[in-house]
Amino acid sequence: MNDNPENDSWLVRPGSIRLLWRVLWAVLALTVLAQLLIKVKGYFGVDDWIGFGAVFGFLSCLAMVLVAKFLGIFLKRKDDYYRVEDHDD
Amino acid sequence: MTEFLPPALILIAAALLIGPARGHLRSAIILLAPLATLWAIWQVPDGVITTATFLDYQIEPVEGSALRRLFATIFALMAFVGGLYSFRQARWYELASGYAYAAGAIGVSFAGDLITLFLFWELMALFSTVIVWCGGTPEARAAGMRYAVMHLLGGIILKVGIEGIVIHTGSIDIRPMLATNFDTWMILIGILINAAAPPVSAWLADAYPASSPTGSVFLSAFTTKTAVLALILLFPGETVLIWIGIYMIMYGIIYALLENDARRILAYSIVNQVGFMVCAIGIGTQMALNGAAAHAFAHIIYKGLLFMSAGVVVYRTGKSKCTDLGGLFRTMPLTTICGIIGALSISSFPLTSGFTTKTLISQAAVDEGLVTVYFLLAAASAGVFLHAGIKFPWFVFFQKDSGLRPKDAPWNMAVAMVIFSALCIFMGVFPELFYQFLPYATDYQAYTPGKVVFYLQLLLFSGLAFFLLLPLMKRTLTITLDTDWLWRVFMHRLADFASRAISLAGAAIAAGATAALAKLGAIGRRHMGMSPARDHRGVFARTWPIGTTALWIAILLSAYLLVYFVS
Repeated sequence: MNDNPENDSWLVRPGSIRLLWRVLWAVLALTVLAQLLIKVKGYFGVDDWIGFGAVFGFLSCLAMVLVAKFLGIFLKRKDDYYRVEDHDD
Repeated sequence: MTEFLPPALILIAAALLIGPARGHLRSAIILLAPLATLWAIWQVPDGVITTATFLDYQIEPVEGSALRRLFATIFALMAFVGGLYSFRQARWYELASGYAYAAGAIGVSFAGDLITLFLFWELMALFSTVIVWCGGTPEARAAGMRYAVMHLLGGIILKVGIEGIVIHTGSIDIRPMLATNFDTWMILIGILINAAAPPVSAWLADAYPASSPTGSVFLSAFTTKTAVLALILLFPGETVLIWIGIYMIMYGIIYALLENDARRILAYSIVNQVGFMVCAIGIGTQMALNGAAAHAFAHIIYKGLLFMSAGVVVYRTGKSKCTDLGGLFRTMPLTTICGIIGALSISSFPLTSGFTTKTLISQAAVDEGLVTVYFLLAAASAGVFLHAGIKFPWFVFFQKDSGLRPKDAPWNMAVAMVIFSALCIFMGVFPELFYQFLPYATDYQAYTPGKVVFYLQLLLFSGLAFFLLLPLMKRTLTITLDTDWLWRVFMHRLADFASRAISLAGAAIAAGATAALAKLGAIGRRHMGMSPARDHRGVFARTWPIGTTALWIAILLSAYLLVYFVS
């Protein structure tokens, strides 16, 4: 392990992570702006709005993560759960 | 050509020879047998090629069609690349089982009748169980047993359905049907169990991650995809499949999001991807069935690739939990890149095989005007990127520095991963070359600028969601309960409860009986007029003095003599 991140791989240096975030935001903006030039064929009315794919993708993921979190409250167990149970018999 | 040996026999022969063969001969068998099978598969023309008589039934072991050749091809290809991936690392019996398992899948692909289908189906169940056991740990043994029980149960249900069809229609032909009566429902349920459909999806994520790093590569390919083929052949357009498929898609995403074990994440995403295919079969149009077949083909490649990259990690580090892994990209660049290519393909990123095959299914939903299905599929595509496309490579190869510095893949594993990575990209870049092998002719255009922009938005913003929501996705040392809890825990508790209840009831009955007997005895003694002080026993139970007996005998004899003389 490296104590000083500057000696570690380029990918994990704080400077490069900041750069990668900026690139990500730029690419995201580009994909939405591309819709000004390229017509996205909507099939069901709403899906040809500008940025529909972006909003829909983001909100779907948010919803799925929250649903997973919520179900996790009831369904998550320690990962030795079955090992302990199996010793019962 | 009238008589044609089933191509599956080549792999069965190879499976038998792998054990006795040694050294280079064994390697040659492992690498050449799938290629010979591939050649044989492409010699099979359309229509019923071979017939035979089995228990008075006219069976058709080899029936060719574009769809059947497509599935058999990918199964043989998987056997080849899987064999290449594992021949220097896996034990010989795991490889032999893997080849017998692949032979089962190819046999099912060409099965012209329900009896042949069933025989090869069971061959798969048998040898896939052996592969799970090859994991070698106590967990693998237990998971293999649960796996075997589940698949034997599925086999019995399928057999009940097949026998019903044979009795009621007199025909063992494989032809499209709908789930309208008991027989057809039994067949559908039997197949769906192998497809890891609800409510028994749990067998997949239970068994596959328990196998060895090489075993899981074989397991990921055959069972669920032969089920997909069987559904295409038997139940195209059965609308209940649309909703079963959607459920599987969402189940896979949710459980994979909660999961900590890297290989189990991939196992859940098999259920998710098979859900796309099952949903397409439910839609049932030519476009949809093309989509299901194409997606199965692409899926075997990228899922095999993902399990290979995870397998290399397990092989090199012995760890598969996200909490133990991270930062491996430093010393495993090739495995990382191949894992990322597999992850992008499963997420149907443009220029990968997932994009050119999964969009066929979405297009089929559009063509049929299925608004809800279309939007759910789109949301699911975003979810796939979230749970498999980013989560898997991020937590295994990046996130924190785990301090692990394992070597990259051994050469044969590396070559296998490169072949599959190349295929993922090749199918993504030249879809038309692949579309010509689909069951129905299509002029579908995979790449239109609008579609690419839509999917880039959908996927990249899912990526944004992943990194913004990372705090919510912190890995914990947990598992997630599934329906298998019912038979792994609840049944035990029920049995415990029942045995405790029975023993309690038994004790109560025994106590009651003792009390009743005591009371009866008291009544008896009172009425027989005996003093409990003199003798507790009844009149006939007492021991009598020998003299009394002798006296009685003397009296009887005298009486006899008296009667004799008088008469």
